[in-house]
Amino acid sequence: MKKSQRDIVDSNRGITRRGLLLAGIQIGTVTTLALKMRSMQLDHADEYRMLADGNSIKIRLLPPSRGLILDRTGLIVAGNEQNYRVTLTREEAGGDVEPVLQRLAQLIPISDARMSELRDEFSKRSAITPIVLADRLSWEQFSTIAVNAPSLPGVTPESALSRAYPRAGDLAHVMGYVGPVSDYDLSRIEDPDPVLRLPDFQLGKIGVEGRLEEVLRGKAGARRVEVNSTGREMRQLSRQEGEQGATVQLTVDAQLQNYCAQRLGEESAAAVVMDCHTGELVAICSSPSFDPNKFVRGISTKDYRGLMDHDHRPLADKTVQGVYPPGSTFKLVTLLAGLEAGVINSGSRFFCPGYTELGGRRFHCWSRGGHGSVDAVKSLEESCDVYYYELAQRVGIDRIAIMARKLGIGVKHDLPMSAVSEGIAPDRAWKQARYDQAWQIGDSLNASIGQGYVLASPLQLAVMTARVASGRAIEPQLIRSIDGVRKLPEDFPPLDISEASLKVARAGMDAVMNSARGTARKARIEREEWRMVGKTGTSQVRNITAAERARGVISNDQLPWERRDHALFVCYAPYEAPRYAVSVVVEHGGGGSTVAAPIARDILLFALNGGLPPLDAVPSNQRAAMEERHNAMQLYTPEAPRPGRSRA
Amino acid sequence: MSYLDYKVAQVPTGLRKVFFINWPLVLLITAVCCIGFLMLYSVAGGQIETWAQPQMYRFAVGMVIMLGLAFVPMWFWRGISVSAYVVCFLLLVAVDLFGAIGMGAQRWIDIGPIRVQPSELMKISQVLLLAAYYDWLDLKKVSRPLWVLIPVVLILAPTALVLMQPDLGTSIMLITGGGIVMFAAGVSLWYFAVVIGAGVGMVYAVMQSRGTDWQLLKEYQFRRIDTFLDPTADPLGAGYNIIQSQIALGSGGWSGRGFMQGTQSRLNFLPEKHTDFIFTVLSEEFGFIGAFSLLTLYMLIVGFCLYSALSNRDRFASLITIGISGTFFLYFAINMATVMGLLPAKGSPLPLVSYGGTSLMILMLGFGLVQSAHVHRPR
Repeated sequence: MKKSQRDIVDSNRGITRRGLLLAGIQIGTVTTLALKMRSMQLDHADEYRMLADGNSIKIRLLPPSRGLILDRTGLIVAGNEQNYRVTLTREEAGGDVEPVLQRLAQLIPISDARMSELRDEFSKRSAITPIVLADRLSWEQFSTIAVNAPSLPGVTPESALSRAYPRAGDLAHVMGYVGPVSDYDLSRIEDPDPVLRLPDFQLGKIGVEGRLEEVLRGKAGARRVEVNSTGREMRQLSRQEGEQGATVQLTVDAQLQNYCAQRLGEESAAAVVMDCHTGELVAICSSPSFDPNKFVRGISTKDYRGLMDHDHRPLADKTVQGVYPPGSTFKLVTLLAGLEAGVINSGSRFFCPGYTELGGRRFHCWSRGGHGSVDAVKSLEESCDVYYYELAQRVGIDRIAIMARKLGIGVKHDLPMSAVSEGIAPDRAWKQARYDQAWQIGDSLNASIGQGYVLASPLQLAVMTARVASGRAIEPQLIRSIDGVRKLPEDFPPLDISEASLKVARAGMDAVMNSARGTARKARIEREEWRMVGKTGTSQVRNITAAERARGVISNDQLPWERRDHALFVCYAPYEAPRYAVSVVVEHGGGGSTVAAPIARDILLFALNGGLPPLDAVPSNQRAAMEERHNAMQLYTPEAPRPGRSRA
Repeated sequence: MSYLDYKVAQVPTGLRKVFFINWPLVLLITAVCCIGFLMLYSVAGGQIETWAQPQMYRFAVGMVIMLGLAFVPMWFWRGISVSAYVVCFLLLVAVDLFGAIGMGAQRWIDIGPIRVQPSELMKISQVLLLAAYYDWLDLKKVSRPLWVLIPVVLILAPTALVLMQPDLGTSIMLITGGGIVMFAAGVSLWYFAVVIGAGVGMVYAVMQSRGTDWQLLKEYQFRRIDTFLDPTADPLGAGYNIIQSQIALGSGGWSGRGFMQGTQSRLNFLPEKHTDFIFTVLSEEFGFIGAFSLLTLYMLIVGFCLYSALSNRDRFASLITIGISGTFFLYFAINMATVMGLLPAKGSPLPLVSYGGTSLMILMLGFGLVQSAHVHRPR
């Protein structure tokens, strides 16, 4: 490609012009840089020199006070309390901390073990990091140190706020707890807030504290202080207050929660109370619990071992994390799947001779004698297994699984709690993927009565019940408001289930409690305006061997605790205008009707009554026992401080 | 004028080329590097082994590369410009692929024993390709939309790959470096006005989006911007580096605290003092005189390059020289502006001075091209 001479001349002229323009821009930029240099190094050099010399002005972060957590009525369930403590900075102590530590040990008791722990920490941490020598000091100890401060270089007495949970174990699983920031925590956070690096700063670890950490933490303030050559603070130059973290209001009612905890008592159990319209979790209680305050203060190894080794697993949150075979409570799912698929209608009947034979194997009904001719309502009322064996063969597992997910089982509900389980709503594809095995018809039969592969958490059972009761796709809610801004959804979409089918299921649940042959009749509520309906469940945790069967059914009481059946119960009330749905699971409790149902009933009564259940609401022969229970309880009376100016 | 047009016979050949090398430029580069050695010696607390010595070895290698390249005829560079670009581009793709497996920003790739950072190589090969493109392109077409679109795509494609690493700083360098070549090649100023206008608009949109549903940056990125605008708002966090850097720089005063006397740097108030913040150390120890001298040396290097470019009648050679000196300019301007708090904090080395092999080698490679252009200019 040959270019004309003219082009070449033009091209060079163009480049020269642009080149000079570019040079101009570059000179402009460099001039800006040089001017900035001049401004910093010549005009303001003295100020910078002062800042640099001995670095006499220091910036200290003011940790923000953590946002409060309130229950639905406004009671503080996680607050902050004053904590007096002393810190020591090695650099300010003149490099050697030993004499200071010795002098301090004469003023306040420091154990030898703690002493060596401290020495270890001082040798590991950087010289400018303040390290907490002692905290939770009494006012006397604190003032003694403050008075003696001149002989303790580098020691700073300070009062800080520390997390406190006035309700101790009641909401431990919901709220979780805060603890010291670990290296692991820091490594997980992108661009961590510098306040996290403060000594003894506490970070939400699990539960609401963990999941809403960013909301609760607040914003650090800072103060600029002038320090002398030994590092002692001379005066404060400016102070910028931090912002307190947001106040989080839970949907949980602390009093009801407290009642649940007491009603569950020593059992390894879980109870969930859900509002049938808003999805609010009014109580979500896992028993036994633990005291989160111990974690805040640093739990002793012995206490921690105690919690870890406890066979009732206090640290596990059984409400959302624990999954159980739902047993007969799952029959609601199978029934609705059948009705919706058009395989049966409410009048369809199956004959129950006490067992179903399938491929040479007998699937037993819990009633050995059989239930005779059973329709939909009766199948729930008497919890006939055979009815569901027959139904499962006709409707198929895939449609049951779809219905389960529709009702919230096998679905992960989005809650700000830790380790929320998804449960299992098994179908063909699931088994193939999980075990690389084809689905067997026997699997369907087991699943139809909530055994086999089916697993649900108490939360999911409560969701299922609330959905059946309301006919809407209720999602569980735990946060009512943040800083006064309502966080609850306005409405939920209708479930994709016909009202006619739901009516059959509800009528069945009604029969369970209120008809003469209902399995949970004993646990009924005798007030028409609170008419309670429900479904029992007893799920096996062991296989009954042929030998055992031959010897006759062994009663649960004769088995060791960990092999007994789980007792389950789901219910809601009032029947006509549902308000609360409740699920109760008692691990290895025995029968759903005898163990779980009365607990669920009492909790439901407390929720409906807004206080202790009235005795006349239960059948007359149970009133004495109930009164005795009430007397034994040490219920929490809401005289606790309410949020205001004081930070209790 | 293209190399096809001038008489090759008049270009120096063989070892005679030594006499035509731009020796003042070599001298200036050496001077700046020596300042670098001095500072590396100082920040290592008077130890030569830590940083200064390895850097000297690298400089020696770099010098050999630069002088070696000066002997390579200009037309060779033009011949390989397309393939060099393609190779760099493929390397960038490879880095992005490996980066997906690894974590965070992956910028390196190992080829046998050599470790290369393709995004750095791309800075040079992009300039090569654009220069070749504008040399080939008919002058009258330079500002026609289609012919503007092609180089824009050539610039944006590797930029997008670099952005995915993610490395925002290098992406900006690539765009600006390519822009400089387009600017020098005579693309209508209206295009630049539109791009700058759009850029300002986008920044405005990003800042407006904060707190809304369509928020364009992550919250921590916004916080970084906050810190830039007001470092004292977050004095112990992200603002810490900048505040400490400014204190150190400002406390240097007129003549500085003296060699190895910088207290800020000595007491470890400064992070990365041997790489990104080395200018701060220089400013603290040698004051305004030292800092301004380095700035002057840098400007002399750019000036010599620019003079060489403007006096070169070969359009390709001219554009290469302008492109490379422009990239060099961006390097030090960005670094200095960052440590003085004029630009948001992001890691970028001070060219020829900061400790680190890659940036030094790439720069020496670039200057090798500049030398080659100078030696083989039409006479």
